[in-house]
Order: sequence, then structure tokens, then C-alpha cells
Amino acid sequence: MALDSKVPKGPIKDKWTDYKNKINLVNPANKRHIDVIVVGTGLAGGSAAATLAELGYNVKAFAYQDSPRRAHSIAAQGGINAAKNYQGDGDSTYRLFYDTVKGGDYRSREANVYRLAEVSANIIDQCVAQGVPFARDYGGLLDNRSFGGVLVSRTFYAKGQTGQQLLLGAYSAMNRQIARGKIEMFNRHEMLDVVVVDGKARGIIARNLITGEIERHSAHAVVIASGGYGNVYFLSTNAMGSNATAAWKIHKKGAYFANPCFTQIHPTCIPRSGDYQSKLTLMSESLRNDGRIWVPKNMEDVMAIREGRKKPTDLSEDERDYYLERRYPAFGNLVPRDVASRAAKERCDAGYGVNATGEAVYLDFASAIERYGKEQAKIHNIDNPTEAKIYELGKGIVEAKYGNLFQMYEKIVDEDPYKTPMMIYPATHYTMGGVWVDYNLMTTIPGCYCIGEANFSDHGANRLGASALMQGLADGYFVLPYTIGDYLADDIRTGKIPTNSKEFEEAEKAVTDRINFFINNNGTKSVDHFHKRLGKVMWDKVGMARNEQGLKEAMAEIKQIREEFWKDVKVPGNANEMNPELEKAGRVADFLELGELFAKDALMREESCGGHFREESVEESGEQKGEAKRNDKDFAFVAAWEYKGEPADAVLHKEELEFKDIELKQRSYK
Amino acid sequence: MNLTLKIWRQKDSNAKGQMVDYKVTDISEHMSFLEMMDVLNEQLVNTGEEPVAFDHDCREGICGMCSLYINGEAHGPDRGVTTCQLHMRMFKDGDTITIEPWRAAAFPVIKDLVVDRTSFERIQQAGGYISVNTSGNTQDANAIPISKHAADEAMDAATCIGCGACVATCKNSSAMLFVGAKVSQYALLPQGQVEATDRVMNMVKQMDLEGFGNCTNTGACEIECPKGISLENIARMNREFLKATIKG
Ligand SMILES: Cc1cc2nc3c(=O)[nH]c(=O)nc-3n(C[C@H](O)[C@H](O)[C@H](O)COP(=O)(O)OP(=O)(O)OC[C@H]3O[C@@H](n4cnc5c(N)ncnc54)[C@H](O)[C@@H]3O)c2cc1C
Ligand code: SF4
Ligand code: FES
Repeated sequence: MALDSKVPKGPIKDKWTDYKNKINLVNPANKRHIDVIVVGTGLAGGSAAATLAELGYNVKAFAYQDSPRRAHSIAAQGGINAAKNYQGDGDSTYRLFYDTVKGGDYRSREANVYRLAEVSANIIDQCVAQGVPFARDYGGLLDNRSFGGVLVSRTFYAKGQTGQQLLLGAYSAMNRQIARGKIEMFNRHEMLDVVVVDGKARGIIARNLITGEIERHSAHAVVIASGGYGNVYFLSTNAMGSNATAAWKIHKKGAYFANPCFTQIHPTCIPRSGDYQSKLTLMSESLRNDGRIWVPKNMEDVMAIREGRKKPTDLSEDERDYYLERRYPAFGNLVPRDVASRAAKERCDAGYGVNATGEAVYLDFASAIERYGKEQAKIHNIDNPTEAKIYELGKGIVEAKYGNLFQMYEKIVDEDPYKTPMMIYPATHYTMGGVWVDYNLMTTIPGCYCIGEANFSDHGANRLGASALMQGLADGYFVLPYTIGDYLADDIRTGKIPTNSKEFEEAEKAVTDRINFFINNNGTKSVDHFHKRLGKVMWDKVGMARNEQGLKEAMAEIKQIREEFWKDVKVPGNANEMNPELEKAGRVADFLELGELFAKDALMREESCGGHFREESVEESGEQKGEAKRNDKDFAFVAAWEYKGEPADAVLHKEELEFKDIELKQRSYK
Repeated sequence: MNLTLKIWRQKDSNAKGQMVDYKVTDISEHMSFLEMMDVLNEQLVNTGEEPVAFDHDCREGICGMCSLYINGEAHGPDRGVTTCQLHMRMFKDGDTITIEPWRAAAFPVIKDLVVDRTSFERIQQAGGYISVNTSGNTQDANAIPISKHAADEAMDAATCIGCGACVATCKNSSAMLFVGAKVSQYALLPQGQVEATDRVMNMVKQMDLEGFGNCTNTGACEIECPKGISLENIARMNREFLKATIKG
């Protein structure tokens, strides 16, 4: 099948408006006869479910947690971008569009990114109307902060809990529709397959996680909003339950999977401490507004610190290497994530890591505390303030901005980050890759849509901070509700989709068989055993730096782990009860396939771009020496993989990327 | 360190539960409490026993899933943290730790340490929202200036994670802190005024229907709340409720 992105014709700034003017609509009376399933209630799924219900469709929404409010969007800390230009610093729709395409290292679809930038301002209006308590300045207007990779201040935030507040906003909109009976909410339910009837997505098979019952649900369209697949690395900043199952299941039924190797390793996370570790915790990028990143300049100091003979605060300014400020004077500590992560790895690989494992750098707030303290002293007319007073005033400001993050850090590491710099290291955080969708957000299965982090989305090869929340809400509130109507307009006379067809029967049987297999397998090793092994291969060979040999090895090793898994996995308990190990087994089985495709995709892409860094593709000379080298001639395409059984046999389809409104350039943050 | 765990085991909502003893060894003080539980569960899987079911997801104190009653305290002995943020450095070698689910009539046990908190959902559905359509055809966000003070206070109330520790801690199993936080968030913002009367009446009515107890001002909820939601929110809700009843 040829990939058709269905991007409307015309100038980029008119595409979305013209498109909306021309699409088919479903009249309100007919919407009552149309059912839509939404899998996932994070920012993407939650906002979509609420809006579709409000438009009049009958929505069935699913989440594996016990409440829509607990989707992992809740954990987003730093903020959400919007081209409001409230700061008057030159922001505009075009600039947000440009920054996002450039930040994504020119591997995203222009038309989609432009639309995202276009609706971004609306999101903020919407959220404020819903009662989202964004941070404000003393004049009562909305405040902004800056994120990496841009030169304007366009990020709206609610302390360090922006995702929480935005999700509670979407959740409240859902609650209003649940109360009206327009959304039927299925908490503690996991989608285990999609049902395709006559070539169209017409329902899902789900497991009730309390009773173990397998259920059939039909609808005229299915929307997947199940989040990212970062947990393929075992350790990531995702939630324990975050998984790829819904996305992978639709892939196996015909949805192409795009750019799996585009994964974001976030530069500022709390370093790992031991083998027992179950997850990694993010320290928001917003901290790089005020925090400065460094390692000691001299090896003796590194050793002294590791052995506890010196403290970081003992080192004077000229004994420190603020390596981001040194290497990238224009953007300094606010370079994009991929660049900051690789720079940390470079210093640690060279031996300058500051903790026992050698995998940590400092994020230091001392200068910020001092700067804010002096500023506050002026504002409050305090002449000749003492150092202690300056510290106290400055600490107050830093606390107001990032208090919850500092508290989180202290609880985990048992050190006070106001007094001693934080230790941080990169960790898997976000997946730019995902299910391929066209301009309408429809996958290659007609009637099956994919939104939010689960799709391959608008972020190309690297996502800029505060853009995922923007994309999730744009998809759910403002894009999908239009585009899905165009498709559903043909379904007004279809009537209810029966669940007793052979397609439902077969799908249910496949799900039940697999569950019974796990329960009866009586292997010797736990699910986590396999998940950890997969994670190690992914991190070592498909992590921040990749090369041909490592990727080939990774593919073989993952296949090997997968085979062992199916032979030897042990799942205790029964199928007809709450059984967390059984849930994990299904998810890890899918990760074990996805991981191999991931490595295959990385092997195919013989260039470095964004989060994907091939050691073979580096600038050899000039000002950019050592930086990633993109290859636009051969690789300016989206890699969309078609499932053919074994992941190694997946077939590549290319969506060539055209850049008409932005010139393809090497990214420079120097 | 080596520990003895006394854990509530209950097959399902109809079964009778009981405390069961387990031993774990070589627990690092840097582990989180739930990582210690992972160690126990791995041990149980390997010996062919059923692992202990407990709720958790984000493991960073924000989703509100985790909900253990540890040594008689909701979320355990540390202050201002959820169970997943509790670290083993709070315990010492040789300790015996009692681990139970939230106990409240409105939170029935589903299995082991997992409880059903959908009563909270229904309270939110009764009025925990502002009735604005999500079409995006709203006024510009800066058209409604809100004083920094009010915005900050609303934010403080809005940080409730819906974990239910307040209920589990309260001897009357009252949900006033949780409901007060939500009512307060909207009461403090101009956007919330239009529906203020109905909201507080409906949410309180639903809270009573769900079987949560009355508030007798003991303040235990505020102490155990991992997000520092203050009693001021309960007072504010009472004022809102009074206003609403007078208006009728
Ligand atoms: C710690 C952290 C901090 C972040 N900070 C920021 C930030 O400051 N700014 C920013 O823009 N982005 C941030 N991000 C990224 C952003 O939060 C996510 O990309 C985004 O929230 C994803 O939203 P979503 O709706 O696509 O998925 P999620 O919120 O992950 O929701 C997934 C939903 O799918 C459901 N689900 C999954 N599988 C199934 C299944 N099989 N059956 C049924 N239901 C299923 C889940 O129950 C859940 O409801 C952060 C991410 C993390 C992890
Ligand atoms: S008020 Fe506190 S204890 Fe109660 S649900 Fe909210 S966060 Fe949990
Ligand atoms: S697991 Fe999310 S708050 Fe504890």
C-alpha cells in the first residue's frame, strides 16, 4: 500500500482552515447513533473523549488505572508551549512551527507541525476556562518560562505539576460527560486487541483487570491514545504500567509503525542507584532555566569527590567545567535534550562522572539563588543585605518555582539540593516514534486513529520540552474531533456494530488463548527477569549512541530473549482474577517484539538525527566537529514499518518529507 | 537489612482476609518501599506463591495509585510523601512492618492491598468541573486576570492526588479533605463562581451517599496528606456549603 499522508493542498497557513471548511460533518441528531471507543485517558485520550462526547457521539473510554486522572500525563512537570506571545518577545505561530521542526531535526511533517502551532494558543484559553490554575505574575496575568532549544519564553506552567493540572482539567471535562451518560468509563480495563471487520476498525477486546473477564466492545471507530513505549528500556521515567500493547496490537492488525528508533533520552534524571531500581525519576527541564550543568575540570577533583574527600561546593568557579556553556555559547544550558544528553555522556565516558558509578553530572542552583536573592533584596529595598539574607530570599524564589521537584529529589537521594548541587544523568523519557498516522490522525487501518504520544507525531527525531502536552491536547481537543467526523459521516446509517460476528469471536479467542498459555506455561523465570534483560540490551546497544555491529547484535539478542521468554516465563495465579503478573507478561511479550523492530529501524537509518545517534555519522571537521551528522539526501523520510510476522521481516514504507516552508539546515546551537 | 513483613492477604472482595508473615533479606536503605515489595514479590513468584497485589503506577508521588497503610499510618512513617516515595532508610534492620490496605466502608478491598476508590470518581462526577465546552471558542486566557495570591491558593488545593489517605487516616472515614480541596480550587477562581452553589451541594450530597463519615475536626487527615492539603479547605467548603444552603 502506498502511504498517503493526505496533507491538504494550498499554502501552509491556510491548510487547516480550508480543510475544516470542506470536510463532511455529521449532524447532531446522527451523532447519537455513532459509537467511538477511546483507549487511554491521558491528555490525548481524555481530551478526545470529553470533546467527542460533548459533540454528541457515544464514547466508551478505557484505562488500566483505577481512574482516568491517573494516566501518566499526570506526571508531566515542566510546562506546555503555546504561541501566545504574551511576553512580547517575538513569538508567533511561525516561530513555534519553525522551532519545533528544527528541534525535531527536520524529520517531522511540516503541515502537521504548523497545525499544532496554530491551535496551541487555543489550548491555553480552553484550559483557563476550565479552571486550570496556571502560574500568574503579580499583575494577575499568565506567567511563562523558557524551555530548551528556543529563544523565547512561551511555556505555561503550574508549578512543577503542569501535567497534573492539565490532566485534571481534561478529567473534569470527562466527568461532566460521564455524569451526562455520554461517556461510559471503563477503569481497570486493558485493551488486548482491535477487531477489524470488512477492513475497518470496529471494536476492541478488553480484559477487566478486577475479574479477569474478557469483554467485546464494538464501535464505529477506535481511537488509540495509550501513551509511549519508553518502558521497552525497562528503566525509564514512564509509569510502571506504561506499555505499548494497544499500539502494538493495532500494528499487528495492519497499522504501520513509524520511526521506532526515535526515542528521547532526557538529560536531567536522577541517576540510578542499584539493581533493584524499578524506575527513573525525571527532574524537569524547566530546571535548566536556572540550573547550571557542570563537572569538575580536573580529574583529581573528580576522584576526591567520588571518594568523599571533597564536596562539590568546595570547588571554585574556575575548577568547574560548565561544559554546555563552553560548547554551546548561544544556547548554553538550554540546548535541546538530545544535545544535552550526549554532552553528559561524553563527559562521563571521558571519566568525569561525579558519583560512584561514574554516571552523574551536577545541576547547580547556587548562582540562581544568589541572582534571585539580590533581585529580591532590591525589590524589597533591603540595603546591604547579608549573604544569609540573599540566600534566604533567593531560596524562596527557587522554592516557589521548583519546590516539589526539590522535595522529590531530596526524598529519593537524601540530600538537600538547595545546599548541594543535584546529581543528574540521562534516562529514557519519551518516544517520538509510534503508530504512523496521516494528516487526519488515522492509521493505515481505516477507522482506527492514534493520538498523543502513541502516534509518531509531530516531533520528528527529537521533541522539544513542553511540546508533548501541547500535542496531546491539540490532538484531543482540536484536531481529532474534526477529522473523525469526516470519516464517520459515512456511518450514519450503519447502526450498532454487532459483537457476535466471527471477527469478534476470533479476536477474543486469540486473546484468551494467549492468556491461558501464560497461566499454564509453568516456566521458571519471572516476567521481570526477561524485561530487565531486554532493557539492558536496549540501553547498551540501542541507547544514546548506536553503531551497526551493536544494532545487529541487539536484534539477535532480543530475538533470543523473546524465544526464552515464551519457553520459560512463569506467571502465577489465575486468569479469572486480578493478576498483575499476567498483565505484565502480556506487555513484556509485546515489548520483546517492538524492541527488535526498534533496533532494525535504527540499523536502517544510517544517519544521526535528533535522539538517534549513529557513531558512524559524525561531523569530522569544522566548527561542528563531533556533532551529529544528518543525511538529508538519503534519509529525509518517515520510516513506516508493516508487520509481517517476525519483527525482522517487517517491510519498510517511506513517506518522503518535503520542506517547502522551512529550509533544511544543519541544526546549530553554538 | 532484614525485615519481617506482616501483610494483609485477601483473595477477592468476598473472601475473608488475614495477616500473613513474610521475611525479606538484604534490603538496601536506598530502596523505595515499593522496590522492597518488588523484592518480596520476585521471591514469591520464584517459590511458586502468589505475589502480593498492591496499587502503584507512577512511582513518583503524583498519580495517587499507591495506597499502603504501613505500621498504622497512611503512606507510612515519613511526612509529605506517598507510599512510593517512602524509602527504606526510614526503617532499621530487624524491624517488623505491618502493611494493610486503606480501610473504609467506601473503599472496599478488591484484593490484598488493592481497594476500590470509585466512590471518589462519583463525587467528582457530581460537580467537580466547570461546565465549559471544549470547543476552544473561549475568550483569551488573559481576559480573566486572577490575582497571584488566588491563583497560588487554588493551585495548592488542586494538588490533591486523590489517593484517599485522608479517608484511611480518619477515624470516621470522612472524605472532607478531598472534597474540600476540589470545592476550594473552583471557589477560589472566578471561573468557578457561576456553578458554585450547585457544585458544593451536589458533591457533598454524593459524598454522603457513598458512605463517608462526618468530620469531627481531629485534623489527622492534614497530617497524613502527602500533598499538604490544609484544613483550611474544609473550612472553606463549609462556608461554601452554608452560603449555598442559605441561597437554597
Ligand atoms: C515524568 C515526565 C514528565 C514530563 N514532562 C513533560 C512536560 O513538562 N511537558 C511536556 O510537554 N511533556 C512532558 N512529558 C511528556 C508527556 O507527559 C507525555 O508525552 C504525554 O502526557 C502523553 O500523553 P498521552 O495522553 O499520549 O498518554 P498517557 O498520559 O501516558 O496516557 C496513556 C493512557 O492509556 C491507557 N492505556 C495504555 N495502554 C492501555 C491498554 N492496553 N488498554 C487500556 N488503556 C491503556 C492508560 O491507562 C492511560 O490512560 C513528560 C513525561 C514524563 C514521563
Ligand atoms: S486530600 Fe491529601 S490525602 Fe486526601 S486524597 Fe487528596 S492528596 Fe490524598
Ligand atoms: S505510585 Fe503514583 S503516587 Fe505512588
